[in-house]
Amino acid sequence: MKFKAKVLVYLKKSILDAQGNTTLHALKKIGFAETESLRIGKYFDLTLDAPSKADAEKKVKLMAEQVLANTVMEDFSVEVLEAPAHAAV
Amino acid sequence: MKAAVIVFPGSNCDTDCEHALKTVMGMDVQMVWHKDAVLPKVDLVVIPGGFSYGDYLRTGAIAKFSPIMDEVKKHAERGGLVIGICNGFQILLESGLLPGAMLRNRSQHFICKHVWLKTESVNTPFTSQLKAGQLLNVPVAHGEGNYYCDDATLKTLQDNKQIVFTYSNEKGEVNDSTNINGSRANIAGICNAKRNVLGMMPHPERASENILSSWDGRSIWESLLNQAGAVAK
Repeated sequence: MKFKAKVLVYLKKSILDAQGNTTLHALKKIGFAETESLRIGKYFDLTLDAPSKADAEKKVKLMAEQVLANTVMEDFSVEVLEAPAHAAV
Repeated sequence: MKAAVIVFPGSNCDTDCEHALKTVMGMDVQMVWHKDAVLPKVDLVVIPGGFSYGDYLRTGAIAKFSPIMDEVKKHAERGGLVIGICNGFQILLESGLLPGAMLRNRSQHFICKHVWLKTESVNTPFTSQLKAGQLLNVPVAHGEGNYYCDDATLKTLQDNKQIVFTYSNEKGEVNDSTNINGSRANIAGICNAKRNVLGMMPHPERASENILSSWDGRSIWESLLNQAGAVAK
């Protein structure tokens, strides 16, 4: 079965996100004063073949731990969805 | 002394390292392509600076999967010497040969200038010819040199005296104003617990000759050569 996975990787909360802070200040400066916080992360969009959704989730978590994220400084989240039938063609 | 310089796609200090070690210091130097599965028999492995794999994903994140890295790990486990400079340091962190990770510089700027380093540990094969606290004028050139580790790791580094170089000023003061990139504890270079693997952001190979504006980096190569001499005896 084909699955779509979304992986978000972002700096741990305890780590200063200098890029995010700079962008936040830029937003405030041009008038988006309501912005309270902003963190920048990475988004991975992948398609994979797996026997079940649980297997797909397990695999993608391993990918995130071993490659997509550096868990010394980053956290990640994984979301797996069944791919639409036409995507399998 | 025999050395191997590992060449990744995107390495750009490989020939600088070769020049410093071979032409200037007289070592026997071989260039080793990252796809090679065998490391020649050498005393020292140099992982040079640059932008391996275009810094895709994270600095050093893809390079750690190159076939030669398994050999570099075995070399390190056997007690062989490894020095990672700049991107080489980032690769050593990603591959787990040294603890911690690299964040973007606190200023968000790429920093390219000469800085002062304070020698914090002379108890390594890389610094044995230096005096404790000796100051070195060596250039840096990096966008991601903001060394990060958690509190427990920092304590271990401090307790074991694994912090080898810190960013200081020319008076040897080490504080936040001399911290060029936001690194924890002003860390510019660390070694592993066995002290045979050194990672540092500054480029000693760019400060190894009198014709350059500083040749302070030469003392690292002199320490290694002295070490090799001591082993031979």
